[in-house]
Amino acid sequence: MSSYDIVIIGGGPAGLAAAASAKREGVDSILILERDTQLGGILNQCIHNGFGLHTFKEELTGPEYAQRFIDQVEELKIEYKLNTMVMDITPDKQITAMNRTDGLFHIQAKAIVLAMGCRERSRGALNIPGYRPAGIYSAGTAQRLVNIEGFMPGREVVILGSGDIGLIMARRMTLEGAKVKVVAELMPYSGGLKRNIVQCLDDFGIPLKLSHTVVDIKGKERLEGITLAAVDDKGKPIPGTEEEYTCDTLLLSCGLIPENEISRSIGVDMEPVTSGPIVNESLETSVEGVFACGNVLHVHDLVDFVSEEAAAAGRNAAAYVKAGGTLGEKSKEIPIQAVDGVRYTVPKKLHVNRMAEEQIVRFRVGAVYKNCYISAYLNDERIIHRKRQIMAPGEMEEIKLKKEQLTGFDGLENITVKIEEA
Amino acid sequence: MESRNLTCIGCPMGCLMTVEMENGEVVSVTGNTCKRGDDYARKEVTHPTRIVTSSVYVTGGTIPMVSVKTAHDIPKEKIMDIMASIEHVTVAAPVKIGDVIVANAADTGVDIIATKDIAAV
Amino acid sequence: MYDVVIIGAGVTGSASARELSRYKLNICVVDKEEDVCAGTSKANSAIVHSGIDCTPGTLMAELNVKGNEMMEPLSKELDFSFKRNGSLILCFSEDDRPNLEALFAHAEKNGVPGCRILEKEELHQMEPNISDEAIAAIYCPTGGIVCPFGLNIAMAENAYTNGVEFRFNTAVRKITKTEKGWLLSTNNGDILTKVVVNAAGVNADIFHNMVSKDKIHITPRRGEYCLLDKTTGGLVSNTIFQLPGKYGKGILVTPTVHGNTLIGPTADDHDDRDATNTTAQGLAHVISAATKSVPTVPVRQVITSFSGNRAHEDHHEFIIKELEDAPFFVDAAGIESPGLTSSPAIGVKVAGIVADLLKPEKNPDFNGTRKGVLDPKSLSEEEYAKLISEKPEYGNIICRCEMITEGEIMDAINRPLGAKSLDGVKRRTRAGMGRCQAGFCSPRTMEIISRELGISQLEITKNGGRSNMVVGYSKKSIEEA
Repeated sequence: MSSYDIVIIGGGPAGLAAAASAKREGVDSILILERDTQLGGILNQCIHNGFGLHTFKEELTGPEYAQRFIDQVEELKIEYKLNTMVMDITPDKQITAMNRTDGLFHIQAKAIVLAMGCRERSRGALNIPGYRPAGIYSAGTAQRLVNIEGFMPGREVVILGSGDIGLIMARRMTLEGAKVKVVAELMPYSGGLKRNIVQCLDDFGIPLKLSHTVVDIKGKERLEGITLAAVDDKGKPIPGTEEEYTCDTLLLSCGLIPENEISRSIGVDMEPVTSGPIVNESLETSVEGVFACGNVLHVHDLVDFVSEEAAAAGRNAAAYVKAGGTLGEKSKEIPIQAVDGVRYTVPKKLHVNRMAEEQIVRFRVGAVYKNCYISAYLNDERIIHRKRQIMAPGEMEEIKLKKEQLTGFDGLENITVKIEEA
Repeated sequence: MESRNLTCIGCPMGCLMTVEMENGEVVSVTGNTCKRGDDYARKEVTHPTRIVTSSVYVTGGTIPMVSVKTAHDIPKEKIMDIMASIEHVTVAAPVKIGDVIVANAADTGVDIIATKDIAAV
Repeated sequence: MYDVVIIGAGVTGSASARELSRYKLNICVVDKEEDVCAGTSKANSAIVHSGIDCTPGTLMAELNVKGNEMMEPLSKELDFSFKRNGSLILCFSEDDRPNLEALFAHAEKNGVPGCRILEKEELHQMEPNISDEAIAAIYCPTGGIVCPFGLNIAMAENAYTNGVEFRFNTAVRKITKTEKGWLLSTNNGDILTKVVVNAAGVNADIFHNMVSKDKIHITPRRGEYCLLDKTTGGLVSNTIFQLPGKYGKGILVTPTVHGNTLIGPTADDHDDRDATNTTAQGLAHVISAATKSVPTVPVRQVITSFSGNRAHEDHHEFIIKELEDAPFFVDAAGIESPGLTSSPAIGVKVAGIVADLLKPEKNPDFNGTRKGVLDPKSLSEEEYAKLISEKPEYGNIICRCEMITEGEIMDAINRPLGAKSLDGVKRRTRAGMGRCQAGFCSPRTMEIISRELGISQLEITKNGGRSNMVVGYSKKSIEEA
């Protein structure tokens, strides 16, 4: 059985950044396992621009952004295996994987970085009633078909869900000659970025119907039409508001789910809100030496933050390996509580002695907040009170905790992050 | 006085801005939080531009399509002309990021360039 | 000129075809769909019923118990998934106890072995997740679960390798008696046969009524289901029924042979035989009724929902006989639940009737065994490694949710009566049946189908007909190439 210091599960943006940063920290024995035919993950099909403004101070397309990190991995001579599926990982970090050339094989790792990304919520999970004809795709599947394979899934399109992939696909389908009739969103606000609403919908006159959902699907072979209805404030369709749309394609962009089947096989503790592992300040899961970053940890809005988070995970994995399988002594574990509009935080707990000088805590809010404050408390003392004009569930928020401030605080029991009215 | 409401696209903040105009001239921009918002608003109401991305058929490569973009932003009203300019284009692998796929696309003075490396097989 | 034409390639038709292939007969199965197992046989509870709830003395009761007995040896001969997991029929109130006891009395009359009444304590020991409101239950140890696709496809494949012809995309429009035999007019030309076996499921009354004055009437009775993620496996180990009401066996909660949890079905009579749509009310009812049996059913783990139409004949009885006023026309009609369970026994009965009519010789070459699509996960690690070194495609995972390899998909396409569509691949391998519902694997499966069958991806369908997956290319340049 071969062994590596760090094995990285997934060669998308998170895995690539984690690998590069671990290598730069001085760990040589690193292996990336990637299930697809190429590195870069989902960025390969995200051919639109808008990536990298934070990281590279320029607007790149997905493949260009991915290539910057692939180049780093190549330059740093980091080993990777493509077309390789990880089947299982044990709590003592033995990995079972498989591909065409090596067959079924095992790898012993000292540290593992989970970077498997996420998948799209399917029609079945949404429980939309009606027929089950061809022509119903998740937005990401359609994106792959159009952008990488060169196929048109259909010509007359309705999109359910205004997540970024849905908005992007509204524009892509339009540019490639399809008619996008409407984008419907269950919530009273869009889950996508503002600029995508402007440039993907408004530019092409595609209507966005908030507080609407698909209540019926017609067509026994190929999709023939759908019924849209307005929903009340509990998300229940309002009788009498039904509208029929003829279409041959329904694209679903209704949320992403971290792909944590392997994390569960390791036995890491999970956070129900994010469907990702619970991690501490080092992005380490409940299993020591197993780290998580990117969309497998929590679904991000911008890939720049994925890269940043993954670089931290890679650094921490390297530190763990270099110290002989430990992150050093632990001071008291301080929970970070997400309350009053804050749905979750990553990390969910921290050891003050191990945190970076400036610890980033990322989170999402549960509703749209205007002119409110993001506040952070050490026990009952407010240490952050930052005004935000607008906060929406579609966009990730962050605060920075200063180590100095935390070490100087006597009797720290917990940290609380909340939204406060003006 | 004419006024237009815009959502800034400069960053994820998405500032809601109001542009006051008189005789086609911008009088004021409000609601923005930074200079980029102001710039965007002035440009968007006078001569809006966009980067266009798509993909082009590639032969002899590891995958059948190579992703492309306009090297710079082009006038918004030219978006569909740019798309038409690549409808019949075929390129042969290998392709490197930055390779010019169509020069001076749709007479915009802007090239369409590859955004992905595609190795030949 | 065929000796026998069987209308319908569902479980009934396929079981009949396999049993008839034991004889030297020229047999053809016709089906209007593009594949076997495309109607009611693909959308049901996947239960091998014990037979306790059939009315004693009926053909249903007889064939249910026989089919149940046959299922285990058949699953070994034909290599499909079957498990005798046992079933429980829950009683929720003392007021219902007389009904529970009345039903229990059927066990002896129907010849269902091993049944007994469990009182609350033992019941909850056996199934800790069922509702505390359940006060007693009938336990039927012979109840089981089966892969309905596996059963149907296995019987059809075995019939095919024993010489039965299958014609798909062939809808019978008219049946006329001629001097030579029965003439079936179809969208794919005329077919002449000595014997017709009517195994047309929800459409069986149409064909029956074409040839007989003694009319029958079948009502499509919709059953809606929700399938839950494999993470819910172990929620229950037995199939959990509730004491039956007017419309059949009520909403059940059951493990599947593949480790998912299935809840359903509703029972909703309607008049569109092809209406396999789910409804908001139906799905809501499935969830609320399942929660009555198992309050902790994790409804957020639903990965798909579907519906099927039971072929409910007005007298709620199997009609398996040669028609009195239409000689050599054999009905296998009214096959509703427990039709899946009974199908092996129905096949034997139909073959017996046909054999009496045609007096055929035995087929000396008949081979009753068949190997299914090889599941590499069933191999030891050494065997698996050897397999990949011989066929590297078995090292290439296509469906990441169900861990299905390219090798299995190629097997499904290239085997006898192989898959031609995405659903065909799905039913033979489970590729696309997992939690992402083919989001990741469908483009890759399309590539493999295109390559193996030598057809353009534009021709690939979800399940035949006009169910094409893509409608064209994104650029003219691809068309031009």
